[in-house]
Amino acid sequence: MGYRERTRALDDAARVWKGGYRPYDLVKEASIAVGVITLLAVVLAFLFSSPDERPLTIKGWAHSDPADFVTTALSELDGTSVTASYGPPYNNASDGQHIAFIHLAKWLGVAHPINAPLDYVINPLRSIQGNSTLQQAVATYTQAPAKQQAAWTTAYGKGLAKVNDSVTGVHSLTSASYGPLPTMMDNLLTLAQYGGLDGNLLSNRQFYSTDYTKILMFLADSGFLAARAQSEHLLGTQWGMMNETGSFPGQSWLWLYTFWYQIKPFSTSANADVLVMAIMGVLSVAFILIPFIPGVRDLPRRIPVYKLIWKEHYRSS
Amino acid sequence: MSTSSGPAEERNWTVGLRKRVFGALPPEKLLPDSQPSYVASWIYVFGVLTLSSLAVIIGSGTILALKGPGWWHDSSLGHFFNSVHLWAVELFFFFMVIHLWAKYWMSAWRGGRARVWITGAVTFVIAIPCALTGYISQQNFDAQWISTQAKDAMNSVGIGAFFNLLNFGQIYGYHVFLMPAIVVALVVGHVLLVRRHGVVPPLPLDAELAALGSDPAAVTEEGN
Repeated sequence: MGYRERTRALDDAARVWKGGYRPYDLVKEASIAVGVITLLAVVLAFLFSSPDERPLTIKGWAHSDPADFVTTALSELDGTSVTASYGPPYNNASDGQHIAFIHLAKWLGVAHPINAPLDYVINPLRSIQGNSTLQQAVATYTQAPAKQQAAWTTAYGKGLAKVNDSVTGVHSLTSASYGPLPTMMDNLLTLAQYGGLDGNLLSNRQFYSTDYTKILMFLADSGFLAARAQSEHLLGTQWGMMNETGSFPGQSWLWLYTFWYQIKPFSTSANADVLVMAIMGVLSVAFILIPFIPGVRDLPRRIPVYKLIWKEHYRSS
Repeated sequence: MSTSSGPAEERNWTVGLRKRVFGALPPEKLLPDSQPSYVASWIYVFGVLTLSSLAVIIGSGTILALKGPGWWHDSSLGHFFNSVHLWAVELFFFFMVIHLWAKYWMSAWRGGRARVWITGAVTFVIAIPCALTGYISQQNFDAQWISTQAKDAMNSVGIGAFFNLLNFGQIYGYHVFLMPAIVVALVVGHVLLVRRHGVVPPLPLDAELAALGSDPAAVTEEGN
């Protein structure tokens, strides 16, 4: 019998069962199962609870690590942060990730616009009323040529890198080569430490808001969020995609997604995300279509796990 | 009002739908009180355990949704229901993976059951983003970290343009309504297909396979 005939014969033989039947109570089985699983979930909830670590805030970040906060804000201002250079769906700073000529991110466009210098530094500073010195500093910066702005941010960044005491060092940064930046960054830090930036980045044109895109992107640009994640074994290099804070099992079903990020070329590729998504997309489709894939669909017949599953049947027949 | 039959009845959509539904799934198939003799292994339990876990997920999730997304952070009772929800999700995936592996080794798509496999496999694939939206809806540090990391995968393929993991309002809507509705619809379709086609019969042994060449029905008839 050829492969095609055998496959068809196996298929036909499984269409109708003409053998014996035994009594079965579907409703009783389902009721018992729901009861057992409810009890099991309740017992697990009592024994292990669930994680709920408080979210980070800009206020807490600015208090805990002012130097990291100002460094991140500076990278937003000079356009070197991840957000500022991300591309779609946040801005047009780059084309985003792609595979060959397929630029899905670019084609879908800028759906959640973020202007990093304006949204994270300039506009929050402009919202501070009654401080003419600050507003003059902001005007000086925004009206300066791009080359002058770059000279100020570069010089200020070098000074910031030498700060030893994160809590007090930022406020002591003064130099003529920094231009208006010490005034701007001091005020931005103070605004953040009082909690003003949390609200500023969350608010939009309407009273209610549930969109945390800007504030989360700002936090993600920091070293503060990553440091906390590392301590909780959540980084990508720590198989973090499938982990959760504490010792909870997390999303263990994402192990295959996470696996690709651990090996080359994905671990070093600038297009890692789109490559992994493409691979997982192909594998998911293949998984769904197993009944039609020769070889994969034939494996169960070659590796006789089925003899264990139906051993009672084979013994009695 | 007349009870007409013949051509008029054939054109009646309601009659047509009734015939189609009850023809495919008569009551004794939908709610059977017997099952084939070969269904005699603990491995068959994992399907109903997966369904039961889904029921607990929906029950606990409904309570959490009714009380609002902030409730469980400030209430010990709320935290308890969140824990039940979490562990039901863990059980759901655990049982579903075992169920899928078992069905693979049974070649459970045989005998016109490809759609049964496909609906089950698609349910697994869809359940993953359904769970992801739940982790992101937690409003705690986990949600912050997971959303900011997972967004890159969504953005890289353009999905992020309309499925913004950093927009709590949008993702919460996905999690409490759209994604569960899709999962439940798939599961209902899967279960109805199982009821229609029945549990797949055992694979024939080598000697039986040889006999299939001349009489494909030989195994099922001689199997008992």
